Amino acid sequence: MNIFTKLGAFLLMLKGMFTKPENLKIYWKELMHQCVELGIGSLGIVSIISVFIGAVSTLQTSYQFVSPIIPRSVIAQIVRDSVILEFAPTITCIVLAGVVGSKISSELGNMRVSEQIDALEIMGINTKAYLILPKILAALIMIPLLVIIAMVLGIWGGRFVGDLTGILPHEIYDKGLIESFVPYNVNFALAKAYTFAFIITGIPAYFGYNVKGGALEIGRASTTAVVTSCIMILLADYVLAAILL
Amino acid sequence: MISIKNIQKGFSGKTIIENVSSEFETGKCNLVIGASGSGKTVLMKCLVGLIQPDSGEIMYNGDNFSMMNQDQKKELRRKIGMLFQGSALFDSMTVEKNILFPLDMFSNQTKAEKQKRVDEVLDRVNLNDAHKKFPAEISGGMKKRVGIARAIVLNPEYLFCDEPNSGLDPQTSLVIDKLIKEITTEYNITTVVNTHDMNSVMEIGDKIMYMYQGKKEWEGTNQEIIFSKNEKLNNFIFASDFLKDAKDMRMLEKMGKIDNNRNMDELLKS
Repeated sequence: MNIFTKLGAFLLMLKGMFTKPENLKIYWKELMHQCVELGIGSLGIVSIISVFIGAVSTLQTSYQFVSPIIPRSVIAQIVRDSVILEFAPTITCIVLAGVVGSKISSELGNMRVSEQIDALEIMGINTKAYLILPKILAALIMIPLLVIIAMVLGIWGGRFVGDLTGILPHEIYDKGLIESFVPYNVNFALAKAYTFAFIITGIPAYFGYNVKGGALEIGRASTTAVVTSCIMILLADYVLAAILL
Repeated sequence: MISIKNIQKGFSGKTIIENVSSEFETGKCNLVIGASGSGKTVLMKCLVGLIQPDSGEIMYNGDNFSMMNQDQKKELRRKIGMLFQGSALFDSMTVEKNILFPLDMFSNQTKAEKQKRVDEVLDRVNLNDAHKKFPAEISGGMKKRVGIARAIVLNPEYLFCDEPNSGLDPQTSLVIDKLIKEITTEYNITTVVNTHDMNSVMEIGDKIMYMYQGKKEWEGTNQEIIFSKNEKLNNFIFASDFLKDAKDMRMLEKMGKIDNNRNMDELLKS
């Protein structure tokens, strides 16, 4: 199957999701369930990563700033912009591509192989709408929120480490944070978060939903889904930066 | 009643089902038998619409399934219950929720009415104490019974069972066979069962279709199968010496040559 055939199949899968729900209440429940699974379930790992990224950014930026004529508050500006523009949306979503992507792919793959998807089809349920759409919608709701949390925690991590090590007192850090702040950067980060949210749920869902075979193929589908999602995130990151910045 | 006419299906240029025609009657257990790879499962998947046949007609009570639009197909599928080979229970749901799921999705009943129906069907399949268990916590036979309960919870008109006895011990197989037979008669539904379990053939096969390499090779009842002269069918059904002897005995019984109420203890003593 070449890349265009796969792209066509992916688009047909997306088209197939949009039908009238058999029971809106059940779909709503499934959406809420996915919001908890994808959002709350990923909060721990996102928090840990964000705090450490912010902390390491502060340490490394400080290490590279040897000139006495540059004010120390610039370190905070650099950490702030790095976290908002790149670390919070991109690194968080690459990690989520592994965590969430492999989960979606293996879950759907297992359902396909054990005929659970066929069982739903026999009941007259549109499985694309019931199994895939709530996951994509939940990601579009929760991942931008996780990215915002990642921004806040990343910046806080930098502030905390600056204070802890004595490299940058929090008064100077706070001053640097509000200097030359461009609110557009947050919008740009959120645009990236929405794009990546779609990538890290849509692509694994495609690979999981179309698994044929057994346990080995489920594993392969998961790996392919995560690798493809990561590559697509990096590609989209570049395209969005080129277009929007 | 379901009737199929000249069903043909192939994959990657290889024909899997070749011009199969038959009728599956209401209120009867219609068995499709054949060796592994004979096309039974593909035929069943064509019948329920999981696979589109290359040609041929599938008529549900006179309505051509292949000509139906998506909404009509969805409507029809709500009248279909299916028991899968691996049971296909939803892993993340308890037994109770597995059975509640079709009711939640498609019925307007109150919570109490739904719960009553779940209790009814679980009682019908003799599983009164498995409500809160997960599929991973129950045995293969229990999974099949939950699968049957889920398939009948919406009072279907058609029941499809794909190898309901696979992986089960003979005693549990008998329980499942008996259950399928009872449900078919009780609800007067059209039941189609794919199997290669000879016990099922003799016990519940009101009508049997034997498939050989994708073609219909023989059709008849479980009474007629004893007297069949079809070599391929006999080689398949009565493969072992034990089964050949059993067939001979049954034929002699049917022809009145030996007493079918004979007392084996006395015969052995004499």
